[in-house]
Amino acid sequence: MENLIALLIAAPLLGAVVLLLGGRRLDAVGHWVGTLLSTASFVVGLVLFAGLLGKDAEHRTWTQHLWSWIPVGDFQADVTLRLDQLSMTFVLLITGVGSLIHLYSIGYMEHDERRRRFFGYLNLFLAAMLLLVLADNYLLLYVGWEGVGLASYLLIGFWQHKPSAATAAKKAFLVNRVGDVGLSIAIMLMFTTFGTFAFGPVLEHAGDASEGRLTAIGLMLLLAACGKSAQVPLQSWLGDAMEGPTPVSALIHAATMVTAGVYLIVRSAAIFNGAPDAQLVVTVVGGVTLLFGAIVGCAKDDIKKALAGSTMSQIGYMVLAAGLGPIGYVFAIMHLVTHGFFKAGLFLGAGSVMHGMNDEVDMRKYGGLRKYMPITFVTFGLGYLAIIGFPGLSGFFSKDKIIEAAFAKGGAEGWILGGVALLGAAITAFYMTRVMLMTFFGEPRWKNQPTKSPEAPSAEPAAEHQGAHGEPHPHESPRTMTIPMIVLAVGSVAGGAFFDVGDRFLHWLEPVTGHSEGHSPLSALTVTGATMVCLVLGVGLAWAQYGRKPVPAHAPRGSVLTRAARRDLYQDDFNHVVLVRGGEHLTRSLVYVDHTLVDGVVNGSAAGFGGLSGRLRRVQNGFARSYAVSMFGGAALLVAATLLMRAV
Amino acid sequence: MNPVNYLYLAALLFTIGATGVLIRRNAIVVFMCVELMLNACNLAFVTFSRMHGNLDGQIIAFFTMVVAAAEVVVGLAIIVSLFRTRHSASVDDASLMKL
Amino acid sequence: MSTQLAAYSTSTGEAVQFWILGSVAVIGALCTVLMRRAVHSALCLAGTMIVLAVFYLANGAYFLGVVQIVVYTGAIMMLFLFVVMLVGVTAADSLKETIRGQRWLALLCGLGFGVLLLGGIAHASLTQFNGTGQANAGGNVEGLATLIFTKYVFAFELTGALLITAAIGAMVLTHRERTERAKTQRELAAERVREGKHVPPLPAPGVYARHNAVDIAGLLPDGTPAELSVSRTLRERGQIRDVSAQALGDLKALEQRAEERLERTENTPATFKRTEDAAQ
Repeated sequence: MENLIALLIAAPLLGAVVLLLGGRRLDAVGHWVGTLLSTASFVVGLVLFAGLLGKDAEHRTWTQHLWSWIPVGDFQADVTLRLDQLSMTFVLLITGVGSLIHLYSIGYMEHDERRRRFFGYLNLFLAAMLLLVLADNYLLLYVGWEGVGLASYLLIGFWQHKPSAATAAKKAFLVNRVGDVGLSIAIMLMFTTFGTFAFGPVLEHAGDASEGRLTAIGLMLLLAACGKSAQVPLQSWLGDAMEGPTPVSALIHAATMVTAGVYLIVRSAAIFNGAPDAQLVVTVVGGVTLLFGAIVGCAKDDIKKALAGSTMSQIGYMVLAAGLGPIGYVFAIMHLVTHGFFKAGLFLGAGSVMHGMNDEVDMRKYGGLRKYMPITFVTFGLGYLAIIGFPGLSGFFSKDKIIEAAFAKGGAEGWILGGVALLGAAITAFYMTRVMLMTFFGEPRWKNQPTKSPEAPSAEPAAEHQGAHGEPHPHESPRTMTIPMIVLAVGSVAGGAFFDVGDRFLHWLEPVTGHSEGHSPLSALTVTGATMVCLVLGVGLAWAQYGRKPVPAHAPRGSVLTRAARRDLYQDDFNHVVLVRGGEHLTRSLVYVDHTLVDGVVNGSAAGFGGLSGRLRRVQNGFARSYAVSMFGGAALLVAATLLMRAV
Repeated sequence: MNPVNYLYLAALLFTIGATGVLIRRNAIVVFMCVELMLNACNLAFVTFSRMHGNLDGQIIAFFTMVVAAAEVVVGLAIIVSLFRTRHSASVDDASLMKL
Repeated sequence: MSTQLAAYSTSTGEAVQFWILGSVAVIGALCTVLMRRAVHSALCLAGTMIVLAVFYLANGAYFLGVVQIVVYTGAIMMLFLFVVMLVGVTAADSLKETIRGQRWLALLCGLGFGVLLLGGIAHASLTQFNGTGQANAGGNVEGLATLIFTKYVFAFELTGALLITAAIGAMVLTHRERTERAKTQRELAAERVREGKHVPPLPAPGVYARHNAVDIAGLLPDGTPAELSVSRTLRERGQIRDVSAQALGDLKALEQRAEERLERTENTPATFKRTEDAAQ
């Protein structure tokens, strides 16, 4: 049974190799090959899952040793895969949602002539992501970590003919590198501290190391998580990453890759448990990102960017929960899974809307679409209800647990974190309602105005539905696109309840992450009530602003906060001023130092020697007799020296 | 008389020859001074041979003569070809190796 | 001087010989350095070498003494003289120093080196010697031959190779490959006419019967020497004897004598009256 683990990775990897090296002759079947192999991986995952369920909770960790990778003295890096409850959860999420999105992409990318390459990249991403979650040591995890970074880069920049896409891909890649430095330093620290970086020994002996060491490792891991999961201060790339095709946004930048940071923190639970300071920083980062993403999401008129802000915010919830320690790990993962369902569903819905609207992304040019695309409306609506935490749907269970856990942290810390989480819930309700109302309700604002024409019609989906520069004709998407949306909507609705009833998810994951009940100052019912109040407040506010009165087709100037949020709370300006300018100044001063000091010393000594040689060369007058004199003088000196030595 | 006197004479001749090399400009005369130095050495070797009571010194002097003969042949050939091209036998005229 | 005597002691005769011939050798060496003409230097050097040959004989090196005279003085010095003649016998060097400080530096170095060398020999204080009697017992030439063909055979073979190399080297250095066909007389004449310079034959050297040597330039009508009349080699060596001043002096004296013979006085033209003036 263990031997099947490698198959999980092998299937999509094979797909990537075949599709990327296969050339144009695979253009006709490439998308089906990709989807089939992704589904195969999902099936293998299900088989393994069944196998795991058949074991006791204590024996649910399987490892498969493939080969010795770098055996150098004490430095042993093996390619070993590890499947336990945590990995299994991720495997099912990645392969399941991944397969659905493969299916969706068949329709979405139908008119893109580079569709085969797109599926190759998607398969490459799946393989890397599976390697990331299945690795048995941090070094192998790092390989997967870089692999998903590469796949993300390739997919964000898939429409590389658009300068904005190419720039966004580059930005994502560079910002991710900052986080990767953190991960590599963390691995080095682990090696110097524990002498190994396999999960087993490291996590087992984490308690033996000094707290300072653990804090350092924890903070470096957090830096890595911030880069991959778009947490403050490395959040700036996620909004721009929406330049990629929508299925990519759904799979990589909502459901799976961006949650790798949460996986890393939960996987390294033993390290964080020994470093309270690092945990505090994790919760602070989570809380700040939660509000940051939510505020940004409120102001964006671009439907994908609004959802991106939402993603950032929801991952903030997960990081916050992961920072809470054993009381939050399980809920972080649970929210991660439910979020994977409903956020993927929402993104696919957004993609479907764009598909029907000639790739228009500005919500101010939508309106009243519920009549034209009913399936999209229903699935998107269910996802919407799930994310705002409508009672009974999945978001309600997972998010509620996190808020409870935040309060259960205890002390002022708990009150602050709980308050932030509650506020976040209210803002979530507001911006999601805003998206919903602007897109599907109200008057159609797309009539009588031409939409932007795609820059390269052949590369964009649904190009033929556009009358030449005419108004769009909203329509429902093909079945390959609606089926995944329906499946994900079902997951969004039922997932939370399925996990939560009887604490199924808790018992499943507890052996890996550990769990402890906090002592909440508020009862669970109070927290739920408060959450409901926040929910109603948020929805009501959004209704008052966007439901009762028509939405202006052009964005009003808005308040200071709105304008700031539209510019992503000046994150890019901050980066520009602090990092770019700072770097430029540093470089300039270094160049100055180089020119004056270093070059000065070098040129000065060179000039000194040059002058000296200029004087010395006068001795070289070219007359052989002059040279002979010095030779003869030297011989005389030698005789003198010899005699002197003999005399002494 | 002590045969060391021969050594003194050799030293004197050698020094005169060396100074001549340094002072004279005519390449042929310079060359003759070199020969004088070689001869002074030969005298010293022969004297050493007598003082040590074996013939090795004389052998060395003999080899010196052979090498000197070879040297003279090549050296004079160089002087002749130099004179042919530069119409001068002065060693100072060949002073191009300077800046 | 007998072999036995040379072996164990030095006779008074040898001492006298040393002091006399040693002085000659030093004087010869100094003259070699100081003579202005290369040919004189060569002759002085030859003298010094003969003295050295005598000293070799006195030291029991009979073979070397003979070789010194035959090979060194006889062959090598003659080679020097040949080259001196090739380069120009009479060209006297200017002894004026052209490099600043060279002479003083050279003298200083020479003095210091000589003093150190002499001091070193004196310091060694060699008072005893073995003499070559034992070594020369079987004959000097036989002893040398034994050593050369046994102990020093490789060095000897190498010197053979060296001599051959030197001979070939000298040939290579002095040999000039003719890269084009030599011009015939007709071609040379045609070339001269084409250039338009010296179409007639070059002027002959020498003036009057007294000065018809090849190194004396012929005189032009105005009494100045015609350089073209002297061979190019002599011209390049600067070995033209200029007799123009003497010739002009001779000419003047001849004219004066002729005038005296003809009793011509250098009278001022007489003032005479013209007929028409007389008529007045």
